[in-house]
Amino acid sequence: MDAGFKNSSSNMKIQSRSPLQEQFLQRRNSRENLDRFIPNRSAMDFDYAHYMLTEWRKGKENPAVAVSSPSREAYRKQLAETFNMNRTRILAFKNKPPTPVEPIPREFTNSLPHDKLAKQRRHIPQTSERTLDAPELIDDYYLNLLDWGSCNVLAIALANTVYLWDASDGSTSELVTVDEENGPVTSVSWAADGRHIAVGLNNSEVQLWDSASNRQLRTLKGGHRLRVGSLAWNNHILTTGGMDGRIINNDVRVRSHIVETYRGHEQEVCGLKWSASGQQLASGGNDNVLHIWDRAMASSNSPTQWLHRLEEHTSAVKALAWCPFQGNLLASGGGGSDRTIKFWNTHTGACLNSVDTGSQVCSLVWNKNERELLSSHGFTQNQLTLWKYPSMVKVAELTGHTSRVLYMAQSPDGCTVASAAADETLRFWNVFGVPEVSKPAPKAANPEPFTNLSRIR
Amino acid sequence: MASRTVAKDIITLRGSAAIVSEFFGYAANSILYNRGVYPEESFVKVKKYGLPMLLTQDEGVKSFLANLNAQLSEWLEAGKLQRVVLVIMSKATNEVLERWNFSIETDGEVVEKGASREKSDKEIMREIQAIMRQIASSITYLPCLDGSCVFDVLAYTDKDVAVPFTWIESDPKLIANPQMVKLHSFDTKIHKVDTLVSYKNDEWDEQ
Repeated sequence: MDAGFKNSSSNMKIQSRSPLQEQFLQRRNSRENLDRFIPNRSAMDFDYAHYMLTEWRKGKENPAVAVSSPSREAYRKQLAETFNMNRTRILAFKNKPPTPVEPIPREFTNSLPHDKLAKQRRHIPQTSERTLDAPELIDDYYLNLLDWGSCNVLAIALANTVYLWDASDGSTSELVTVDEENGPVTSVSWAADGRHIAVGLNNSEVQLWDSASNRQLRTLKGGHRLRVGSLAWNNHILTTGGMDGRIINNDVRVRSHIVETYRGHEQEVCGLKWSASGQQLASGGNDNVLHIWDRAMASSNSPTQWLHRLEEHTSAVKALAWCPFQGNLLASGGGGSDRTIKFWNTHTGACLNSVDTGSQVCSLVWNKNERELLSSHGFTQNQLTLWKYPSMVKVAELTGHTSRVLYMAQSPDGCTVASAAADETLRFWNVFGVPEVSKPAPKAANPEPFTNLSRIR
Repeated sequence: MASRTVAKDIITLRGSAAIVSEFFGYAANSILYNRGVYPEESFVKVKKYGLPMLLTQDEGVKSFLANLNAQLSEWLEAGKLQRVVLVIMSKATNEVLERWNFSIETDGEVVEKGASREKSDKEIMREIQAIMRQIASSITYLPCLDGSCVFDVLAYTDKDVAVPFTWIESDPKLIANPQMVKLHSFDTKIHKVDTLVSYKNDEWDEQ
C-alpha cells in the first residue's frame, strides 16, 4: 500500500521469487487438493496471494510501466531503488498539529490508557476487608460450598449445616441442618432470583429451599448414585454434577425432574458452570477432562454428546469461569499437578492461552468491571492472584489465608469477592474496586455513537 | 480551503486541484471528529456536499489544516502529489493505529498541455458525498481508539519535488499486518482519488 513498504517487500520477494514461480504453476495443477474443506497450508502461496492483492496498487501508481510478471516488476523496483530513482518522497509538516487537550471525549473509547490510569488510581487492598469464622468447613477440593446470591446473601455450607449471611446487614441465619446420615452438604447454589437455593448432599440428593420463607420446596432424588458436588442453574433447569461422573439437567418445575443426562466424565464432576447466554455448559471432572455441552444438542431420549472434549489439563478441573465480556470465552483452572489457567474459545474448542500459576487453581472469578481475572490457590502461598486479561500480567497477589483457598464467590455488584479456605475462615476482599462512577456519566451525556451519525447526516 | 474558481462542467487543472484539496480538508475534519481525536465540542456544523459536515474550531488544528491545504493545492496543480495519508497515532506510545490513505492519480496530459476536462459538479459532489458518508459510518467497524490520540499528515510526492522549508522527510508510519477497507473513490477526470483506511488488527477480533 505504500511505496516504502512495497520496495522493501519486493526486495525480499526477489530473493525468494524464483522457486515460487514454479510453485504456483504446480498449484494450478491442483496437485495438492487434499481436502475440500480444510485448507492445506502447504498448498497456499502467501507471497503470491500478497502479490495479487497488492499488485493493482502498484500498477496504478506507476501506470507508465506495464506490469507483465511479478518477477519483472520486482526487478524493476530494485533497479529503480539501486539507481535511486524511487519516484516517491514522503513528507510531513515539521510543525505537528496540536495534541488534543484533556479531557478528550470518551464516547468511542473503552480507553486502555485510561483503564491503566484508573488502575493506578484503584487501590487494591492487600488485606481482607473482613474475616468471618467458618468452623468445620470441609477441606475437600471437589465440593462447592460457597455461593453469593443476587439478593446479596451469601450461602456457605459448614459440615451438615447451610448458613446464610446477609451482606447488607451482616446478619447470619441458619437455613438447614441435614441429618448426620445424609450429610455433609456437598454443594450450594443460588438460583438467579436470589431467593431459591439448591443444596447438594453427600447422599446423592438435592434439596431445593426457599430462603425467604425458610421452607424446603422439594427434594430431587434418583438421579445420582453418589454425592452431588457441583450445581449450576440455568433458569428453571438445575444442573447437578455427581461423584458418579453424571451430569443431570433437572427441570425443577415438573414432577419427573430429570430431563437430560450428560455422560462423558469417568470420575467426579467438580466444576459446573452455564454460560451467561445459557447455551453452553462447561463441566470439569476429576478425570482431568473439561467438557463443553451445547444446550441445543441436548435431548431427553439419549445421553447427549459433548460439543467439545478438552483434555489439555493434567489434573482435576474444578475452577471454571465464563468471561462476562466475551460470551464464548471460558477460563478453566487445573488442580495440584496441573496448576495452569487455560482460556478456551468454546465455539471452536481452541485453547487460546495457558498460564502456569505455580499452584493448584481452586477457583476463578472474572472482574465484571475490568478485564481482569481472579484466581485462588493452594500450596504454597494460599493466595488470591489478580491477573490482567489477556496479557495475564499479575496485578496483585492477596495473601492472608493460611490454607488452600477452596471457594470464591463474587458479590452481586461485582466489587467484592468472598473466599473460603481450608483454614476455616471466610474472607472478603475489595479486589475489584468500586465501578467507576465517572465512567458511565459521560456516556449518558453523549449517547454515542449512533446519535452522532444521525446528526452528521 | 481554497475557493472554487471552476464554473459549469468544464474542469481545469486548477479547479480540480481545488476540489481535491478542499475534499481533503473536509475529510480530515470528518475523520478527526468521527474518530474522536479532538473533543466533540471543538467542532461546528456546516453544510457541504449536501451533508452536514463538521469543521474544527480549534485554532491550532485549523491553521495546520489550512497550511496543509495550501501546500497540497500547489502540488496537485503541479501534478506532483501521489498520495496523502492521515495517520492516527496513540498519544502515549506513538503507535500508529489508523492510516487514512488517499491516493491520487493525476492525468498527466492535463498537467503537461493544460487541457481541461468535462464533468459536472453535481456528479463529483455525489461521489464525494458517498465517501463522506463512508467515513462517518466507518466508526461502526473500526476498532475503538483507546485513549487519547494524535494525528499527522503525510504527503507522498514525486521525487523531484523540492522540500518546502516547513516540511521534512518522514517515514511512512506503517501499521504491521493491517486490516484494510477500501472506500469509494471520486474522479474529477483530472485527479482520481482513491480512499482506503487501514487499521491495526483488533486483538479481540481474532478469537
